[in-house]
Amino acid sequence: MLDKSFFNSKNINIWSAVGPRASYGLAMYEMAKTRDDLMIITADVSTSAGLDRYRRDFPEKYLDVGIAEQNMIGIAAGIASENFKVYTTTFAPFQTARCLEQIKVNLGYMKHKVCMTGLASGLVLGTLGYTHCSIEDIGMIRSIPNISIVSPADSFETIKTLNAFIDHDQSLYIRLTGGSPNPKVYESDYEFKIGKGIVLNKGEDIAIISCGSSVNIATEVVKDLKNINKINAKLINMHTIKPIDAEVLNEINDTTKLIVTIEEHNIIGGLGSAVCEALSDLNKKNKHIMIGHPDSYGKGGEYKFLLNKYGFSKENIIGKILKNL
Amino acid sequence: MKNKDKIESIKNLAKKLRKNILDMSLYAGSSSAHFGGALSSVEIVSTLFNGIMELDKNVESESRDRFILSKGHGCLVYYAVLAELGYISYDELKTFEKNDSDLLGHPVINRKKGIEFSNGSLGMGLSLGIGVAKALKIKNLKNKVFVLMGDGECNEGSVWESAMSAVHLSIDNITLIIDNNNFQQTGSNSEIMNLGDIKKKWESFGWYTEKCNGHDVEDLISKFENFKKVSKPKVLICETIKGKGFKFSENNNKWHHSVLSKSQYEEALKELNL
Repeated sequence: MLDKSFFNSKNINIWSAVGPRASYGLAMYEMAKTRDDLMIITADVSTSAGLDRYRRDFPEKYLDVGIAEQNMIGIAAGIASENFKVYTTTFAPFQTARCLEQIKVNLGYMKHKVCMTGLASGLVLGTLGYTHCSIEDIGMIRSIPNISIVSPADSFETIKTLNAFIDHDQSLYIRLTGGSPNPKVYESDYEFKIGKGIVLNKGEDIAIISCGSSVNIATEVVKDLKNINKINAKLINMHTIKPIDAEVLNEINDTTKLIVTIEEHNIIGGLGSAVCEALSDLNKKNKHIMIGHPDSYGKGGEYKFLLNKYGFSKENIIGKILKNL
Repeated sequence: MKNKDKIESIKNLAKKLRKNILDMSLYAGSSSAHFGGALSSVEIVSTLFNGIMELDKNVESESRDRFILSKGHGCLVYYAVLAELGYISYDELKTFEKNDSDLLGHPVINRKKGIEFSNGSLGMGLSLGIGVAKALKIKNLKNKVFVLMGDGECNEGSVWESAMSAVHLSIDNITLIIDNNNFQQTGSNSEIMNLGDIKKKWESFGWYTEKCNGHDVEDLISKFENFKKVSKPKVLICETIKGKGFKFSENNNKWHHSVLSKSQYEEALKELNL
């Protein structure tokens, strides 16, 4: 486990500046210093995951299987079956869709415990086209039993999640979104538990539930709603999409006029769907709107361009909220 | 045990496995059983589990060799040997493919019953085996990993991803056995997807490769003994007969997955001459 002193403000600033991918490498390097049972497996992405220094200094705790993600998951499961703490990583589409059946059989069905990290999920690689974007990963992984899913709100939460996996009781998919620099949602250390949503702002008029890089946009939405529109919004960082935190959802007042989910994922199958299912189970009658990527493949483009195009700008989100109130 | 006695012991075990396979196929009734591909692996499994692999009654024990049935549909022969070794009772064999059974038509991980991994989706066992073998090396354990794969299974691209990596990662404590019975589900290999020269394919990936008669116990033992001297990933391509042991099923691909009638069972028992 990482020492609490690692979570200092200087490091938090560095992680924010370098973004979630480089932060991954920094966290794993720190973890490798004290753990002999650690193994990282990548599919020819050591540089993209910030792991070049790790690869050089801990060669005995690092495997590169080349561009062969199905083999990566099989090998990871085999090593995990011998009680190692195994982390795999590559770009999100190849960490999930490319080896989905290996994930199902080895991690879901057989329950071998592996921590998978999908790099650059969502739309951040939009200029490379939709082969490299990932708007489907939550939906795919969510339907496989025995795998948790976390979409960290910032680089710091990415590190908290990697650390939490050590004591977690099942496989984990960590979905990294956003670019670098990565805006800070958290300025200092805080309590993080897989499966436990965090209320970032209290409010009763509406409730906004978000995950990943969308949480930062949501904080701006909440500020403007309060200052300009006099609307008090509750904001929940639902970093864990599976298992979804029903308790924090149940605490939303019945008088709250609107529930809004915001996620950089297909409108089908992601956080919005998970919240919708939970609200239905809880028999909550609040109106719910889902903000996410439309269920289609459009033309690509720069990250900011795509976020605006698909309605993730602060202005667009506020407009949608006001229209539905 | 003298070599001659060892060979007799393995041959006797093979007979018992065929009997257990017949019993389970009969119990399966109309739900059918993967009969042919289990029978082609009988001598391979009998040899591995009677002298070649280091076994431990405790399947969680570190100091045991690991076995992965990558051709999971061949589970009848796996359950058959686990029953002979005392991991599974003969009564439990009657639950094969029954509701809520621990013995389904493909193995489901259950260490107490000796089933080390779940299999069924083809092309995954070798990657898993390489991972286990790598972990054993890190732990400085001398134990080995044995993976049994089908020839049709070699159609899967993932097999070749793992083939490439075993050599690159210097995994020298793994032995792959290919049950080369020349058939897959709906026809012969050459008809469905021609594997060409399978030995050359594995050699070209850098594996130490040998061929043998997969029903000749002496041949199998000698190849496995020779493998002990080789510090590379090793593959034994076993020429076998699908449905081996019974006239009605040998080289008859109808028995890939089929229902065994009582009269066929009786006829087979006579042939077995237990």
